[in-house]
Amino acid sequence: MSGDTWQQVVFWVFAVGMTFAALRVVTAQNVVHAALYLVGTLLGAAALFLLLFAEFVAWAQVLLYVGAIVVLMLFGLMLTRADIGKGNYDNDQRWLAALCAAALFGVTSWVILGTFEGQEISFARTEGVTTQAVGDLIFSAYVLPFEVVSVLLLAALVGAVVIARRDVGDESSGEITHETRARVEPGGDQTEERTPEVVR
Amino acid sequence: MPVQYFLVLSMLIFCIGIYGVLARQNAVLVLLSIELMLNAVNINFIAFAAHLDDISGHVFALFIIAVAAAEVGVGLAIVILIYRNRRTVDVDEMSLMKW
Repeated sequence: MSGDTWQQVVFWVFAVGMTFAALRVVTAQNVVHAALYLVGTLLGAAALFLLLFAEFVAWAQVLLYVGAIVVLMLFGLMLTRADIGKGNYDNDQRWLAALCAAALFGVTSWVILGTFEGQEISFARTEGVTTQAVGDLIFSAYVLPFEVVSVLLLAALVGAVVIARRDVGDESSGEITHETRARVEPGGDQTEERTPEVVR
Repeated sequence: MPVQYFLVLSMLIFCIGIYGVLARQNAVLVLLSIELMLNAVNINFIAFAAHLDDISGHVFALFIIAVAAAEVGVGLAIVILIYRNRRTVDVDEMSLMKW
């Protein structure tokens, strides 16, 4: 199969890179390193999309996943005060989790290798899938899911704002835990109550 | 190129994501692992779109990216609210509803 040698080389390079980055995402002991290794995995996926003639999806992946979702994750890490430097981020069940993941991978890979025996992707085309073709399909056959996804994004936006909003001027909003309330009331000292505001 | 290469790669990254969801203690790292799983599914869709010459795979991949963005937004809002109330995002400590 010398016709797609270069495609195979590119595939293996990016596949090995993506797998290494994905393993480091789930094993890194530094949260920011884990987020940046996710960027590596997502860029590897975008490269594979380009290999498979999916140019619009590759660019959407870079723009939305790397450019927005990972940035949102980094904001989340910042706002939840993740440890700077090394921390301990694996819980006690990681060996059982590794066993489960390995077993699932083994069984499904065996099924996949058996089912798709001999089916090949042909790299014979000379141009990629045009954005116009994807757009035509979205707005003709998939216009209803498109509208539903728009409503979903609106609901998620409103929901995220409502959930994470700090209630204004409401002391019983549940922000202060019981320990903090016990420390505040006896001395009437307001600094403990104000600390959540400052820390945030 | 055999289509199995892409499918097995997709399954590998999906299983690495499953390990991350089960083994990580920080809630944001669990969300990162969920993103790995969604990405693996995207690779699967695009591989089949190239194999079967059907653009529907591209459309579904775009929908998955959009839904992932929505899910990350709401998920992080919940995590931030939990942090504000409990001062921790350790998933092992959120065990009030355990038996």
